[in-house]
Amino acid sequence: MPDLLIELFSEEIPARMQARAADDLRKRMTDGMVEAGLTYAHARAYATPRRLTLAVEGLLDKSPTVLEERKGPKVGAPEKAVEGFLRGAGVPREALEERETPKGAVYFAMIEKPGRPADEIVAEVLEAVVRGFPWPKSMRWGAGSLRWVRPLHSILCILSDEEGARTVPLEIDGIAAGDTTEGHRFVGSGRFAVSGFEDYAVRLKRDKVMLDAVERADHIHNDAQTLAFARGLEVVEDTALLSEVAGLVEWPVVLMGDIEAQFLDLPPEVLQTSMKEHQKFFSVRNPKTGRIEKFITVANRETADHGATILAGNQKVLAARLSDAKFFWENDLRVVRGVGLEGMAAGLSDVTFHNKLGSQADRVARIEALAREIAPLVGAKPDLAAEAARVCKADLQSEMVGEFPELQGVMGRYYAEAAGHDDGVPEACEMHYKPLGPGDAVPSDPVSVSVALADKIDTLTGFWWIDERPTGSRDPFALRRAALGVVRLIIANQIRLPLFAVFFDHESYHMATALIQQGAETETIKTDLVKRGIDPDNVKDWKPKFSKGIESSQYGYGQEEAGMGALLAFLHDRLKVHLRDEGIRHDVIDACLAMPGNDDLTLLDKRARALSDFLGTDDGENLVLGFRRANNILVQAEEKDGVEYSFGADVKFAEDDTEKALFAALDAQEGPISKAMEAEDFAAAMAGMAALRAPMDAFFEAVQVNAENEVVRRNRLNLLARIRDICLGVADLRQLEG
Amino acid sequence: MADSTAKPRSFQEIILRLQGYWAAKGCAILQPYDMEVGAGTFHPGTTLRSLGTQPWAAAYVQPSRRPTDGRYGENPNRLQHYYQYQVLIKPSPPDLQDLYLGSLRAIGIDMELHDIRFVEDDWESPTLGAWGLGWEVWCDGMEVSQFTYFQQVGGHDCAPVSGELTYGLERLAMYVLGVDHVMDMPFNDPDAPIALKYGDVFRQTEEEYSRWNFDVANTEVLLRHFEEAEAECEAILAQPAVDPKTGKRIIMAHPAYDQCIKASHIFNLLDARGVISVTERQAYIGRVRTLAKKCADAFVQTDAGGYAA
Repeated sequence: MPDLLIELFSEEIPARMQARAADDLRKRMTDGMVEAGLTYAHARAYATPRRLTLAVEGLLDKSPTVLEERKGPKVGAPEKAVEGFLRGAGVPREALEERETPKGAVYFAMIEKPGRPADEIVAEVLEAVVRGFPWPKSMRWGAGSLRWVRPLHSILCILSDEEGARTVPLEIDGIAAGDTTEGHRFVGSGRFAVSGFEDYAVRLKRDKVMLDAVERADHIHNDAQTLAFARGLEVVEDTALLSEVAGLVEWPVVLMGDIEAQFLDLPPEVLQTSMKEHQKFFSVRNPKTGRIEKFITVANRETADHGATILAGNQKVLAARLSDAKFFWENDLRVVRGVGLEGMAAGLSDVTFHNKLGSQADRVARIEALAREIAPLVGAKPDLAAEAARVCKADLQSEMVGEFPELQGVMGRYYAEAAGHDDGVPEACEMHYKPLGPGDAVPSDPVSVSVALADKIDTLTGFWWIDERPTGSRDPFALRRAALGVVRLIIANQIRLPLFAVFFDHESYHMATALIQQGAETETIKTDLVKRGIDPDNVKDWKPKFSKGIESSQYGYGQEEAGMGALLAFLHDRLKVHLRDEGIRHDVIDACLAMPGNDDLTLLDKRARALSDFLGTDDGENLVLGFRRANNILVQAEEKDGVEYSFGADVKFAEDDTEKALFAALDAQEGPISKAMEAEDFAAAMAGMAALRAPMDAFFEAVQVNAENEVVRRNRLNLLARIRDICLGVADLRQLEG
Repeated sequence: MADSTAKPRSFQEIILRLQGYWAAKGCAILQPYDMEVGAGTFHPGTTLRSLGTQPWAAAYVQPSRRPTDGRYGENPNRLQHYYQYQVLIKPSPPDLQDLYLGSLRAIGIDMELHDIRFVEDDWESPTLGAWGLGWEVWCDGMEVSQFTYFQQVGGHDCAPVSGELTYGLERLAMYVLGVDHVMDMPFNDPDAPIALKYGDVFRQTEEEYSRWNFDVANTEVLLRHFEEAEAECEAILAQPAVDPKTGKRIIMAHPAYDQCIKASHIFNLLDARGVISVTERQAYIGRVRTLAKKCADAFVQTDAGGYAA
């Protein structure tokens, strides 16, 4: 069984595309070969900046012979038809078989399709793979028409077995496959022939090419660690940068250099970002002080001066970059010390946030108002939350964030400190963007939480109001992330927020902002505001009501399915995903979502967790079975009798002991369960329900509910209704899947 | 040709070595285009000649102006007027990367000591309706050139494909000569009887143009000139292909393209004057692109554009 080695050698492949390309090469080649009948034992692909390589072991040397059966004309059909069939099938008349079918005797031809040699199949599949390769972006070059990520220079394609290696005959756009390749661009020794994968890997290494990206990354990681440790320092881990750098070199040589003293006082995040974005340097930190003191760069070769020239050049470029960063930092500090963060933020009124949602300054004003209302509900001082909200976007106007947008928030914290803010305000400038995704930390400081919630709710209600909702994979304003952020902030901090009321109020605020701008839709908005009981000519005096303890139901939640009701449903979807990741079944969540007050996510979360735990117990499981039985009997009886059984069960009509015991159990548990529900202690309520399980089981065992005696029957149905009411008061158990 | 192993000593020596190198490799050494442009790509020797099927190989220095980059001559490496060195070869030869590396050797960069890297960088010019794939070339972490395979220019697919090299001359020379501030860079030989530094030649002009670009240029006049250039470009291209006087087929792609260049530069000046809002910006860029496309359409109808071929 031969082994196959393919190398597609080109000019430098962008680092970010290499891993995917190696995978595509492996998948498409092996799929194509297998489809043609050529199976294999093992395949692995590699990528460096200049080559994609595929090594396949244990390939069949030819595809197996296949017998194909073809149905022909009926026996006795005109001679011409039979001859035509023979010609088409390519078989002589003697090869025809007559077979009985339900429609009479029919000719069948057995056609033998001989297997094809591996060489032929490989050549065919490789050409198709190269011509149809799924590069994210590809190009033409010279006078040719072939497309590749960058000019393709050579194709190595050999099959090797005990008898030696042979080149697979193949030519694509004038590039004939051969058995040669070359090593490193600068320190290699020119073209050489190879006889198989092992030989190939060894020769490449001799010519200063590490074929395996994982090996290159490991090498960089280890050498960087060693260099840093030797000086008592540590490398700041960055896996994305590591894999990018490993895609920029074939022969990584790790060098550590100094950062000039004048730059060491820059915030570590600034040093790190500048070095990473512009120079692809790793940062080296002093673990004692947390300061970034040195950098690590990865060259593509060894030199006679052990990298001295390379390091000096890199240092010089870095100094120019950091001079810019230092200039921004010092200018920004001068501004905030002079006019404060509010002064820095002044320009936000000239920056459009969204043409229907006003400027960044309008947005900040809305966030401030909302943060002030949310603050008391999360234990923050309203004035502090408002102060933090007012300055939280100021750093968008700083020169540093202009240069490095990814430093938004981080710079806000530094500048807030420099401007003399305190009491959680600087932290809020940084933390209000969080959490940024499912794995990101959730803020817990009350001021940060107020602003973080206000910021996200402002975004969500705004885009919902102007009908810019995410569709499919399109979510340009990252609304899914914002919604998950709200969910996680509320649950992690156990916040009691009547979300629908909050959304509804804030939507009104968006309308009010839009009114002040006197846009095209002014009249429609005015009508909408009037419907909400808000005087459109006095919107400035209007204040949100949710924080006054007015519940969502009083805003009409439940009737309203569009608008903010849909936004709440969108949050419920995020909550479902979030809880499912924690192992809570979707039907459990549905059972809790069906309960009133479901816009209080903390309550919802507590209820769902308690129910999920309860269902995991023996009592829970059986109670649900009992409930289902009771409910089924009731539903059937109610349908038949056309009445709803709800109350009036009386122990005096109880005939059986188990029936009396069930009355007793209900009398004993009803009080504690409703008390527990009032205290929102779902676990205790469910424990109370669990105590009903045994009497209920015994009752069903001994008693026929639909008794002959109509009085007894009705009494029993009313008894079951008591059970149903208790259970449905905790969660809608009807939503649970059987 | 100068001894390429010795380090060059001045800005002009680096230019002369590049000229010598590319001349030796068979390029026609063109002279700078006599109009204000933002980059060497605008020279018709690149923009127009990258279109059509006719082979082409040219190299030249192109003075380039970017009014918004003016810093009154104070910034160590930002200038509103600077030089680019530009090479365009069509079809791109298979050994273009090696030819390019040879040019670095020619200006004294020793490949045995330096780390040269090709880092992904796709090029796009919204005003020219052009794009290509390639790299920025790093020498010890510093970007020393742009290397691009043109895929489309003026909305036309490039076939064959041109290979374009652009060297930012000041930055490259500062690196090779080990100078930290552009104004301190020797322009001619430092041992010449009258040794001139870059600052002796350009500090004053940087100051003058920075003031004019940012604060003085008459925006009303500029706006009018923009409209006029646009109208003239369209008017030229609207002429019939056959000249009524000579009876010859003369499509005036180049004169029309001059007007496109003019409009583009005026737009840059207006931008530096801060009179173009974010939304207007896109509209202006679109207007210049429309001109560039029409000029490209016209050029491919000429002999140099491959019409006869």
